Amino acid sequence: MAALESPQPATATAMRHAFGNVLSVLILVLIGVLAFSIRLFSVIKYESVIHEFDPYFNYRVTQFLSKNGIYEFWNWFDDRTWYPLGRVIGGTVYPGLTLTAGTIWWVLNSLNIPLSVETVCVFTAPVFSAFASWATYLLTKEVKGSGAGLAAAALLAMVPSYISRSVAGSYDNEAVAIFALIFTFYLYIKTLNTGSLFYATLNALAYFYMVCSWGGYTFIINLIPMHVLLCIVTGRYSPRLYIAYAPLVVLGTLLAALVPVVGFNAVLTSEHFASFLVFIIIHVVALVYYIKGILTPKMFKVAVTLVVSIGMVVCLIVVAILVALVASSPTGGWSGRSLSLLDPTYASKYIPIIASVSEHQPPTWPSYFMDINVLAFLVPAGIIACFSPLSDSSSFVVLYIVMSVYFSGVMVRLMLVLAPAACIMSGIALSQAFDVFTGSIKYQLGGSSNSADDAEDTNNAPKDDAAAGKTDKGEETVKERSSKKGKKKEREPVEKPSIKSKIKKKALVLPLEASIVALLLLIMLGAFYVIHCVWAAAEAYSAPSIVLTSQSRDGLHVFDDFRESYAWLSHNTDVDDKVASWWDYGYQTTAMANRTVIVDNNTWNNTHIATVGTAMSSPEKAAWEIFNSLDVKYVLVVFGGLIGYPSDDINKFLWMVRIGGGVFPHIKEADYLRDGQYRIDSEATPTMLNCLMYKLSYYRFVETDGKGYDRVRRTEIGKKNFKLTHFEEVFTSHHWMVRIYKLKPARNRIRGKAKKLKSKTSSGWSSKSAKKNPWI
Amino acid sequence: MKQSSVVDLLLLLLAIAVLATPAFSDLVLSKVERRIDVTSQVARVTKTLKVLNSGSESVSEFTLTFPKFLGNNLAYLSVVHSEGKGKSKRPLANLSVREANAKGLPDSISVYSVSLPKALSKGETLTLEVVAAFTNVLQPFPEKITQGEIHLVMLQESAQYLSPYAVESQSLSIKLPNARIESYTKLENTKLQGSDLKYGPYKNLQPFSYSPIVVHFESKAAFAVAEKLVREIEVSHWGNVQVTEHYNVVHRGAQLKGEFSRLDFQARPNPRGASAFRHLLARLPPRAHSIYYRDDIGNISTSEMQSDSKKTELLIEPRFPLFGGWKTFFTIGYGLPLSDFLFASEGKRFVNISFGSPIIDLVTEKLIVQIVLPEGSKDISVTTPFTVKQSQEIKYSHLDIAGRPVVVLEKDNVVPDHNQHIQVYYKFSNINLLSEPLMLISGFFVLFITCIIYTRADFSISKSSPTYLAKLQWDEVLATLQEVQSIIQKCLAAHDKLEASLRDLSRTGDIQTCKAARKSTDSLLKDLSKDLKPLLGFLQSSPSASHISPKVEELVVKEKELQEKLMAKHTTVVEGYEKKSSGRDIENRIASQQQKIIALRQEIEDLLEFIDEI
Repeated sequence: MAALESPQPATATAMRHAFGNVLSVLILVLIGVLAFSIRLFSVIKYESVIHEFDPYFNYRVTQFLSKNGIYEFWNWFDDRTWYPLGRVIGGTVYPGLTLTAGTIWWVLNSLNIPLSVETVCVFTAPVFSAFASWATYLLTKEVKGSGAGLAAAALLAMVPSYISRSVAGSYDNEAVAIFALIFTFYLYIKTLNTGSLFYATLNALAYFYMVCSWGGYTFIINLIPMHVLLCIVTGRYSPRLYIAYAPLVVLGTLLAALVPVVGFNAVLTSEHFASFLVFIIIHVVALVYYIKGILTPKMFKVAVTLVVSIGMVVCLIVVAILVALVASSPTGGWSGRSLSLLDPTYASKYIPIIASVSEHQPPTWPSYFMDINVLAFLVPAGIIACFSPLSDSSSFVVLYIVMSVYFSGVMVRLMLVLAPAACIMSGIALSQAFDVFTGSIKYQLGGSSNSADDAEDTNNAPKDDAAAGKTDKGEETVKERSSKKGKKKEREPVEKPSIKSKIKKKALVLPLEASIVALLLLIMLGAFYVIHCVWAAAEAYSAPSIVLTSQSRDGLHVFDDFRESYAWLSHNTDVDDKVASWWDYGYQTTAMANRTVIVDNNTWNNTHIATVGTAMSSPEKAAWEIFNSLDVKYVLVVFGGLIGYPSDDINKFLWMVRIGGGVFPHIKEADYLRDGQYRIDSEATPTMLNCLMYKLSYYRFVETDGKGYDRVRRTEIGKKNFKLTHFEEVFTSHHWMVRIYKLKPARNRIRGKAKKLKSKTSSGWSSKSAKKNPWI
Repeated sequence: MKQSSVVDLLLLLLAIAVLATPAFSDLVLSKVERRIDVTSQVARVTKTLKVLNSGSESVSEFTLTFPKFLGNNLAYLSVVHSEGKGKSKRPLANLSVREANAKGLPDSISVYSVSLPKALSKGETLTLEVVAAFTNVLQPFPEKITQGEIHLVMLQESAQYLSPYAVESQSLSIKLPNARIESYTKLENTKLQGSDLKYGPYKNLQPFSYSPIVVHFESKAAFAVAEKLVREIEVSHWGNVQVTEHYNVVHRGAQLKGEFSRLDFQARPNPRGASAFRHLLARLPPRAHSIYYRDDIGNISTSEMQSDSKKTELLIEPRFPLFGGWKTFFTIGYGLPLSDFLFASEGKRFVNISFGSPIIDLVTEKLIVQIVLPEGSKDISVTTPFTVKQSQEIKYSHLDIAGRPVVVLEKDNVVPDHNQHIQVYYKFSNINLLSEPLMLISGFFVLFITCIIYTRADFSISKSSPTYLAKLQWDEVLATLQEVQSIIQKCLAAHDKLEASLRDLSRTGDIQTCKAARKSTDSLLKDLSKDLKPLLGFLQSSPSASHISPKVEELVVKEKELQEKLMAKHTTVVEGYEKKSSGRDIENRIASQQQKIIALRQEIEDLLEFIDEI
């Protein structure tokens, strides 16, 4: 895009290509800078800090890696989470992101550039966004030439959907995975275009990196086979296709099996089934083509009948075995998240824990506009452009967009996969549109000057040359860079006279005025997109969510309650104390407070989460018993009622009840519902008003304003004055957003004994209960 | 703690009763004034001693004594010889103080020996100003309080000055904070004036007189103690001194027992939580800039800064209010202009910077000051006004190769009185400043050179491998194709010229110029076709061009055809003009030729385009 608009002086023709190359490199560098810097709003507006929930886990893993080295990392059994079960981190984590950041940190530190692990983690995502836009350039260039490539790269650099996952501090798998995804696709297309085994090997390595980085690698290993199948079905089989696909499956699967978290899943689960099926098919097809080549047509017909009859039998047997294998596994070999992709209603029916995550919900229409903005309108044009002419590579991007549109419709999180496809399509559309419009303008301008000259019947060659040179610059920069040849010096004068005829051949010549207006409209569309993206980056997606701000009349107000209470936990409780909270805060508690948690955001053990959910929805005594049996010392709840922070634990309470009730049948959702709603006002059910979550959230809340008005639920609370018998408040943050309670020791009825126990320890309020930890 | 100090006291009294001390009897303290300031957590004792030599021999040593329970907590002690009285009093010299062995004195007394500026001969007097700061002597009592209770502390001292010398007249005044006073020991001559508690004057006391007093009062001071403080002072000769301070702060007052209720803490108008402190005030040097305040998990957004030309005041608020026993950790950092702190003397440079923490009223239990000097500094020496433990380290920072020398100073029990300047002397040549930029420049230079070499040079492993040869051949083919194209283009240009000459003819009717043009074009075309021959031959012979050569040949053939047609047309037209036939006639005659020419031209251009695509 920038290339099309940038002025380029008509210098000596020999210089022009060198200049064009330098210009496109410069544009790419600028795109990289743009991609990096648009993601720094969070650092500028807030601070250089890790965001949200999962990034804290990744940060903690990276810290561990940088401190203990790679071998310790593979064998890391984390006993500070999922107490008392623990978690094998090395075997259950996608290590790509961690290893990447760890490597960057290590390289920088061995160069004596003392950056902290945190800084490296914060800036990993923006750096990889720049890489991702360059990868987009490469991919689109393979499909439709460098003009489209540059446009797509510029679009991807600032697409809001991707920004939402890759702002500085958003240290999550997706940050590097999107780069890996695009780069893998690029290498696949490159292999497909060149048929080079070198690129095929690189492709397998890129796929390996993708497998290391994100569970979304299954998208690649399903999309590429689908494309291969498409090519075969449409009669586009070629040795290049074989080179592009077969090594990828063999090497890629071998490499993928090396990643501990994938392991034998790479051959066992149904997500990978398609790739093997297509692997067989492509070999059959390759064999057929080979035989066709060495046999006479007559012989070939005989052979076909022979092979088909035998082949059918073999195939049937293989299919039967596969079906039997798949059917023997309980979920049909598909993991829950994948199943919910195929059947969008699956999760809400069977797995509340997947359904409870907001990013696993289907997106709404406004979120499409929010996340890909004008690209949504450009994509169809891009698809049309891909069909004229349809090549192997353009059919791939068409398939990519179609699939990703479907997946994004199922899970809002997968908008992220759609974004690059939309950018590529829109880049192609924009570039083609600019081609047509600038071409038309050039023809119109050139044509008029020519006709004037023709009328005079003079030797108009030099003038024509100049006119052509002046007007076709936009097209030239785009077109000529796409051709791979380095030696364009000679060719240059050739092209000038032929341009006129070339344009004459084109059917798409629009009137001058229409072209100019359309160009202006396109530029306006682009400008609108840029404004939207900058706004989204600055306002919508830069909040780190652990620090909240609100703009009031007397200036900016900062709500730093989360870190306040994590810091309190980390400095004022015993290092081995266990903290119970809803799983959302598990990663943050382990990373920021360095305390053992019962459940965290990994959600690998539904029963354990259900136990905590049950405790939260039980009355105080029962909850105390559950927590005490888990050796919990502190209970942390998030409460937004005082300042109106909507995503607090009361609003998440329905999931606690649902997940708890899913495992422990004595928790019945109906007991908490009044008229089908969770209510905490005077209409609330007694079960609700007596459950632990209610009590811990609203303990002494009524004394703040005398009424107990909850600003989130916009109602007065139902039960106002109550005392806690088994818990005591030990800390409440400044805005009451986080409240920490301590389990009273079991023997607090015998006061003398409890006192004696207390005075033994160095600090009274963190005294250990006499009860021995059953797990140590 | 409290019990043991009481035992100490008893021992002390016992010892004093038994003692006979002839060794110290030569000196007499004619007047002793003691002032104890307990408004902060540090008990700061200021004594004015008037020493009189009543013996016959001159004395050069003076002995200071403290009860052991105070002496153990002595953080700072300075003795100044001063002159004059009242306002006109001026210090003359700092006297050196060392801990002495208690010769014949009981264990419950700490003894310090002061060497006098000059030997005190018979009958002479001398005035000494003694400043001593004690930590941990204000004992919280009760030791645990709830959130709503006030913070009470207890001070134990002696109403009479404990000295190995006889004292003629002495008085004690204790400056208490302006708050509740729970109780105090009442002796004769005890007066409470506002918040000042006065004992004395007492006259003519024997050596080692001692009468214990206990004051129990409310303290509103912040008992902020840094368990460990690491100050890193990094000197950069590019113009900045970067100070980074890591604090582990704990509230050492009475511990909080029971619940902490935010509701009560925030209650208006009667907040409960007087014993907690919310703020710490750091007084940074003037012109401090780039100040930050953070901890392990990010920036702490609760701080305020005020600065003017004299000072920079930073009011920092920990993430949560600190109650008794609560701990927190934070880091503050700031940059200072180098010119304010770096000076030169005698061919050496020295950094002159304050030793202790800028936070006021903070007691540091373990202070580690690391002064990071620029890479390449030599001959490092340190001057401090008091004894500290010294060592040296190497730190590797931005792009260091040899590392930066670090002077590490350690001291335990640091009170605000230790906030004096220390000097670090070193030698450094400015050439070293350039080493890192030069390193970067050469690094990038090497990088670019490598890139240039890589792109220009041929790095194929095997020069005889078929793919490599094929590539070379293909390159040649491409080059030949370019040449062919350019020649064809020239031909076409020549054709254009011919056409133009025809047009000129139709306008001017000048046959001669037209013929001349024809001639020149003919020769040009001949030359071109001569040029074309070897190229075509090459293409035909080259195996890798096998799929292109037919096209190229076709192109050449078509071009020839076009050329012939054009010549024919030209001849026809010129002949027509020579015969003076009418324009229409000529046009009719060449119409068919013209069509063919256009068709051929089109074909040639298509072929060119095709070749172009390769």
